[in-house]
Formats: sequence, structure tokens, C-alpha cells
Amino acid sequence: MSILEADSNRLLQAVLALLKQKDILTDQEIAERIASTDSATPARGAMMVAKAWVDPAYRALMLRDGAQAAEAVGIPMRGLPPLGVLENTDTQHHLVVCTLCSCYPRAVLGYPPFWFKSAAYRARAVRDPRGLLAEWGTALPDNVQLRVVDSTADYRWMVLPLRPAGTEGWSEAELAAIVQEGDMIGVTLPTP
Amino acid sequence: MLTPGQAVRVKLDWPETRGPCHIRTPHYLRGQSGVVERHLGRFPNPEQLAFARPPQTIDLYHVRFDQPSLWQQGQQGDAVVVELYETWLEVA
Repeated sequence: MSILEADSNRLLQAVLALLKQKDILTDQEIAERIASTDSATPARGAMMVAKAWVDPAYRALMLRDGAQAAEAVGIPMRGLPPLGVLENTDTQHHLVVCTLCSCYPRAVLGYPPFWFKSAAYRARAVRDPRGLLAEWGTALPDNVQLRVVDSTADYRWMVLPLRPAGTEGWSEAELAAIVQEGDMIGVTLPTP
Repeated sequence: MLTPGQAVRVKLDWPETRGPCHIRTPHYLRGQSGVVERHLGRFPNPEQLAFARPPQTIDLYHVRFDQPSLWQQGQQGDAVVVELYETWLEVA
């Protein structure tokens, strides 16, 4: 039988047993990584976005080195790929896709939404991005350049959306509460 | 080393027709022309890592392509920006 036909659970158990037998990983390390992956949610990214909206120094750090900015608010990034942060402005909007597979900044956004891995999203994000955004109810003015970022290699990307009007004087916690997963992928815009 | 603003072309190459391989360059970019935005760092070549071969450390770039030119549809000025390794890029 080829490895492709093997029962995936039995294969996983066999690989885990080998990793432990060869002292490459311990049960504790595996449990810690699973707990860390499971505990990541879009609320982490939203917290970073809200902080960047109120703190110019943090914003600069986030744009220079997303992983350092994540670490600075207590998100563990050790051993993970670099995190790139894409800044939306009055004249440019970013949309993130991984056409090859499902690269996603899990440390700051958690598990990707089901549609992020779909062939339809991956194909249309590069071919008809404005049509795709329209279906999400996201209309970009004609003078805004759309930049589709195809995440193919060693970085993970998140979008730093524009702070919406009508949120003047809001606290960081209030701001974080309006930042949704899709806003940090670029399919939607935060709304107060 | 490539510099920001430099015009590049993605190799028109299809290694997958020559045998098993692992590729991080999407099909739709093969043979297309773009512009280097910035250097993203140096990384072990994933095409070698995938086969547990000792990897070379190579340069990774963010390269910008004109979105309507890639697909003959879309809005003028829109762009697709992609991470590409030096081994896939030729100076245009």
C-alpha cells in the first residue's frame, strides 16, 4: 500500500510514535503546540489592529515587523514564519489569498475560515478580485488601487484596515470589538 | 541581488512535467513580467526542503504584477503581489 492510501489516523499515530521514540518531540511539546494553535482566534489580530489605530509607534513597529508587534502584545511567534502586515490607506486596499494552498497567519487569526481554502476563492481572488469583493458587499472607490497579495512562500500576511469614521475617541477594546476576521484578510471593511 | 523597481520576468518553466517536485511559483505567473517591490529576506529553498535535501539559502522577493495584464480582465491599476524566489526570476 502506498502512503497516500494509508488510513490517516493510523499514519499520524505511527509518525507521532516515531517522533517520540527518536526524542525529536515530547508529548508535552505536542500538547503545548496544539493548545497554542487552538487558542489563537481573530481576536488576537483585532487587538493588534486596534492598538495600531491609537498608537503610532506600535503601528510603525507592526508595519516594519509583524512578528515583533505580535510578540509585543503577548502572542507567541517563536518558530513561526515572519508576519507581514499590509497597510490599507485612502488610496490602496489589500486582499490576501493563497492560490497554492492555504497559507494563513494562524498565530494572529486562528484557523482559516472554510472559504479561504476553497478553489473558488483562490481562483477568483487573483482573476476577478473586484467582482469577488462586490459579492462580500465591499465596494472600493475607483481611485483606490487594489493589491491582491498571493501568499506563496515564507511569509504570512495580515491586513491592517483603515480605521472607520465615527470611531473617534473610542477605547482600544471598543475598537478591537469591531475588527472582524474578514477585515484582516481584506474581503470586508470594519464598520462601527 | 535584485533591487526595488527592477523589471523581472518569471521563468517560463514547468518542472512538474519533468518529475516529482514541490513548487511555490503559481502557474499563472510563469513567463509573466513584473516589478520587484522589495527584498523579503533569505530562506532555505522549500523546493529542496520538501524532499529533505540539504537546502540552499536563497533570496525571496515581493514582486508586483499588473492584474489586468495577467487575466485580460480587471481594473486598470490593480496589482497582484507575490513572494517569489530568486531561482524563478530573470532580469527583464
